[in-house]
Amino acid sequence: MVTPILPLRIEGAHVRRKSLRLIGPVDLEIAGTGLTIVMGPNGSGKTSLLRLMHGLERADEGRLEWAVPEVEARAAQGYVFQRPTMMRRSVIDSIAYPLLLRGVSRRDAATQAQNWAERVGLGDAVARPARVLSGGERQKLALARALIRAPQILFLDEPCANLDGAATREIEALLRDVVAGGTRVIMATHDIGQARRLANEVVFLLNGHLHETGPADAFFAGPATPEAAGFLGGQIVD
Amino acid sequence: MRNLAIFLFSLLPAVAMADTLRMAVTTSFHNSGLSDILLPAVEEDTGITVQLLVVGTGQALRLGRAGDVDAVLVHARAAEEAFVGTGHATHRREIMYNDFVLIGPAEDPADIAGAESAADALRRIATSGAVFVSRGDESGTHQKELELWFAAGLAPDGFGPAYRSVGAGMGATLNTASGMNAYLLADRASWLNFGNKGDLALLYAGDPALFNQYAYLPVNPARHPHVPADLTERLENWLAGPRAKTLIDGYMLNGEPLFTHNARN
Amino acid sequence: MQAAWLILTLDAELIEITLRSLQVTVTAVVISAAIGLPLGAWLAVNRFAFRRHVIAVLNALMGLPPVVVGLIVYVMLSRSGPFGVFGLLFTPTAMIIAQIIIVTPLIASIAHQVIRDLWSEYHDLLISLNTTKTQRIKTLLWDGRRALLTACLAGFGRGIGEVGAIMIVGGNIDNVTRVLTTAIALETGKGNFALALGLGFVLIGLAIAVNVLIHNLSRTERSSQW
Repeated sequence: MVTPILPLRIEGAHVRRKSLRLIGPVDLEIAGTGLTIVMGPNGSGKTSLLRLMHGLERADEGRLEWAVPEVEARAAQGYVFQRPTMMRRSVIDSIAYPLLLRGVSRRDAATQAQNWAERVGLGDAVARPARVLSGGERQKLALARALIRAPQILFLDEPCANLDGAATREIEALLRDVVAGGTRVIMATHDIGQARRLANEVVFLLNGHLHETGPADAFFAGPATPEAAGFLGGQIVD
Repeated sequence: MRNLAIFLFSLLPAVAMADTLRMAVTTSFHNSGLSDILLPAVEEDTGITVQLLVVGTGQALRLGRAGDVDAVLVHARAAEEAFVGTGHATHRREIMYNDFVLIGPAEDPADIAGAESAADALRRIATSGAVFVSRGDESGTHQKELELWFAAGLAPDGFGPAYRSVGAGMGATLNTASGMNAYLLADRASWLNFGNKGDLALLYAGDPALFNQYAYLPVNPARHPHVPADLTERLENWLAGPRAKTLIDGYMLNGEPLFTHNARN
Repeated sequence: MQAAWLILTLDAELIEITLRSLQVTVTAVVISAAIGLPLGAWLAVNRFAFRRHVIAVLNALMGLPPVVVGLIVYVMLSRSGPFGVFGLLFTPTAMIIAQIIIVTPLIASIAHQVIRDLWSEYHDLLISLNTTKTQRIKTLLWDGRRALLTACLAGFGRGIGEVGAIMIVGGNIDNVTRVLTTAIALETGKGNFALALGLGFVLIGLAIAVNVLIHNLSRTERSSQW
């Protein structure tokens, strides 16, 4: 069951929509542990890169390879969308849903879902319809829904965009726990402060290219490229 | 969900009940109300539940031809004889008769109340150019109407817009005529039982040509083996028998006797 | 008034006719939903050749004239037709069959539209969670249940008020296949407009009662926020 799905190797991958290039070429290896921040200005291809890795987009060119066959790899991944889909179910049923798909009994699924709801701070909201939750609560629900599958790798697409400080702090604390628990996290953000607080590794995207990658400390201390430096300095980069 | 389905199906009446007969009858017979008197008596005496399909004579015979009913009770002699002739029924048994009447606007612009015969009445309607509504559905009433036009030496096809063929049952045709204040041919029972007379009135009746004979035709079991021949025979014997005679002759509508039992034994 | 009297005294025959109307149409709608809901969901979730054509045909079938359906079912079930040996003509079963043919395209077509919209919302999540096709369809049907219930009620509305088909295949036989709509047609034919109207009001009341009942049941199940 716990066959490691990492490392993930991406070689020369392009994603196109019609004739438009979304990202590419991308060469990237994801291995080890920790939290990788995918940074870059709007439209630089952060979401497309996450979707490519998760298999929601197909590489039109190049290849993408997990340590195990893709079907197995997908089962060990979690994904939190920027605007998470709220199902027409209660909070607890929404969190339990991925387990029910795996054939876990209703009772066990409910117990686990209750635990996860409490861990993400939705313990008091379990009986509420998911669709009445606030933005921050929705992100927490989506996080619990992704984590209940016990993923080896978790993708997050700007989970704290549009959240206030308190909610952001809660999510970040959760993510630190998740990383400490051994889950590899890949997270897109354009919040430089958040990146500084969380990242072990940075992938800086510009116009669909991997412009710069490296350990977080080195990246923030002295970016290798003028564009990355400009981005960190608060300039508009495109 | 499954329980609901089972519940719903359990409500369905058994499709083939013992001793059930399907009989196609004409609207005129059913509208008279006589069937409400006869059917319980049939059940009492013979144990047969008769399910009535109320249609025009043309359709009744078609149902018999297809084997969808076990017997028919209709009133169009030529069509009935053809039905027997082609082997769809084993025979034809006359049961009773009533009569047709000519209905029209109470002020009677064509003055058919003073006509000498049914044919004369129709000639007067044609001459006056008054609107005439026809069943137009090959029912017994429709066939009788065409017979009368023929006897009057007229062809309704040539009347133009004054002749309205509605292709409907007796009730719908009466409603139409009532709405247009037009003339029409109806059986007496339907007319007496009709609740929407408006300005219409019974204007002419009594010509022997308006005589309306009902006959019983059991569907031929040689053609349709599912037809319960013993039941159709039992029903026929009952209809021709003494209790039916008493009930039919004694049946009154608005204080008038309607039918005369004339089955020969 | 005779009609009001029949209703107020809960006339046995009136109750029987009303129950038969309910029985025929509810059975037809249950079966139609069992066919139409998964079919609509399947069409929304799958991509295949001629999909658009299938959906266009389905939408066109929504407007199927009941009289034509009645005629076709009649020809099929008649003793001289292909299914004549079953002896189903002029039985409630025949009426149910006709109504299934009338109601299923309506339910399937509305279900398709409902599920298509929900699918576009759920698409990424369900792909991300590695769902099988069957799991997707089940999830979409369950989460779309409120709108789908409305689809079923629309089907019920079409069925309960329908007269053309069931008159032909049921034959309006007293105590066997007479339902509210055919009784209305019969009384209209006799010129008994008051009674026909009274039956019409019973029919309308029945349709409203069923709608209110279903909506209340589905709302008390959980909050109205779904």
